[in-house]
Amino acid sequence: MTAVLKRELASYFNSMTGYVFAAFTIFITGIYIMIYCFKNGYPYFEYVVKSIEFFYLITIPVLTMRAVAEEKRQKTDQLLYALPLSMTQIVIGKYLAMAIVLLVPVAELLIMPVILSNYGNVVMATSYSSIFAYYLLGLALAAIGLFISSLTENQLVAAVITFVAALVCYLMTGLATYIPTDAVSSYISFAVIILLIGIAVWFLTKNKYAAGGILIVAEAALFILYLFSKTSFEGLLHKVLNKISLFAITDNFIYGIFDLTAVVYFITVIFLFIFLAIQSMEKRRWS
Amino acid sequence: MVEVKNLVKVYGRKKAVDGLTFNVEENQVYGFLGPNGAGKSTTMNIITGCLSATEGTVCINGHDIFEEPYEAKRQIGYLPEQPPLYMDMTPKEYLTFVAQAKKIKKASIPSAIEGIMRKTSILNVKDRLIKNLSKGYKQRVGIAGALVGNPPVIILDEPTVGLDPKQIIEIRSLIKELGKNHTVILSSHILSEVNSICDKILIISRGKLIADDTPENLTKHFREGSMLNVLVRCGMETAIEVMDKLMAGLPASEKNIWSSENAKTDTHLGEVTRFKVPLYNENNTIEGKDIRDSIFKAFGERNITVLEMSPEKASLEQVFLELTASSTEEEYHEDEAEEEEM
Repeated sequence: MTAVLKRELASYFNSMTGYVFAAFTIFITGIYIMIYCFKNGYPYFEYVVKSIEFFYLITIPVLTMRAVAEEKRQKTDQLLYALPLSMTQIVIGKYLAMAIVLLVPVAELLIMPVILSNYGNVVMATSYSSIFAYYLLGLALAAIGLFISSLTENQLVAAVITFVAALVCYLMTGLATYIPTDAVSSYISFAVIILLIGIAVWFLTKNKYAAGGILIVAEAALFILYLFSKTSFEGLLHKVLNKISLFAITDNFIYGIFDLTAVVYFITVIFLFIFLAIQSMEKRRWS
Repeated sequence: MVEVKNLVKVYGRKKAVDGLTFNVEENQVYGFLGPNGAGKSTTMNIITGCLSATEGTVCINGHDIFEEPYEAKRQIGYLPEQPPLYMDMTPKEYLTFVAQAKKIKKASIPSAIEGIMRKTSILNVKDRLIKNLSKGYKQRVGIAGALVGNPPVIILDEPTVGLDPKQIIEIRSLIKELGKNHTVILSSHILSEVNSICDKILIISRGKLIADDTPENLTKHFREGSMLNVLVRCGMETAIEVMDKLMAGLPASEKNIWSSENAKTDTHLGEVTRFKVPLYNENNTIEGKDIRDSIFKAFGERNITVLEMSPEKASLEQVFLELTASSTEEEYHEDEAEEEEM
């Protein structure tokens, strides 16, 4: 694992990727500090942090697109398969390297409130809790990006899909407000989502029975649920989207609430997508 | 050392490897031959644990590759068809990474790598980025990667592809050297290469093992049917007459092979006749002599010049072509039969 971690880190910092990622984030941070803290004199560093979250949409795909896709393209994955390493060690090694690269601009963020406090009052607790949430969000998005990178041989495709996935996460809550809240449309939306998941499972596993089974069981469960408690479906999609949007759940940290469920949720997302990335790499061996 | 039992790999509907069984003994160089798409790379990938098998087992030094992958993989150094190199590293960094991944003691890594780089003669480029190296050097870095950790089994998929003749000779002698205290399995399209460096040859076609023998035995086996090309300065009639007299001493079954149909007269060179006779009869000889002696003398007595006498060598190439061609034909018929059944 450490061998892979070292290699990945070296690769980030032997090429431009690591530096560009850090420099871009630090540059954006500077702009927002200037706007919020200097020009407008807000004592709330968390505004800066919340604003730069948006730029993960650009930086995370750049960070994660190469991770596995490039290995496949250069056929270096064969080396990894042939080495006495488990897929888990390899994927976690890669992920930890990303986590460390993500930490570089975060480290800069950590110093900022201290520097700013020389020039006025800074609310330290919310500043640091929002930086913490910012890092967690980055880790979760990186896990998603790593998984997406493991699905394709093409870096660009990986980057675009990761961007779209992050964009959907970002816009989810905003779009959710426009969704009709009545029970029937909620039911239909869930039915469609299950259908899409079924198709995705079929696409990834190429197994008709597994995908069909999941699809039928889930749709049936949904239908039964709908029959027995129609009222609980009212506005359900809206609620669910708000709960699962990675970007929305960092809000509590900005308001000064240390939201443990959010932390658990982020960690769950990270584990889920690392697990999926491992499976996706493992699957190549079986196809 | 490497035991492959009843290996089957199915890609969708196609059987890439079909019931392959063979044993590889210690400290020998094995050549893996087969036409494109025969399943060479697939088999190598399965042996090294890069691919799963649909059926069958692979044991490396007593460790099953599927049951105990880490122990088994530690016994193997593998160079895939396309050397798996990280372009943004130098050979030294790359080999260090491989050594770390193979869990070699930290203190011994620099000296081990130094030795391998010397063996594969890449010391002079050790600090250049791999992406800037020529194909030959990349290939050698790949081989060096396979040697890290001194594994008892070394598997090389077409190790000399893309090298210049001098490098090919160097790599071949390196492989020969390795064969003294490693088990080496290599695949190749170049038959002369396999012939010159391998102790044993495995020929596969359509995922099936069709020959497993030493190069000498393989060629010997097929030499029996090979022919001698003779060119003499005389008319066809005369040549037939001489040969008939010469062959008169042979049993009838042997005589059949020599027939005037084989003789051809080439008029624009004057009166010359080219014909073929089987080079090796049952005992390789006519009345205890090499057939070439008898032919030379028989024509010499009639004062006819023998212009040319060359055996059509049964090279490994011919063996290979013959073996793989017949098996594809069989397969083809089998497929047809299957289709009819359906």
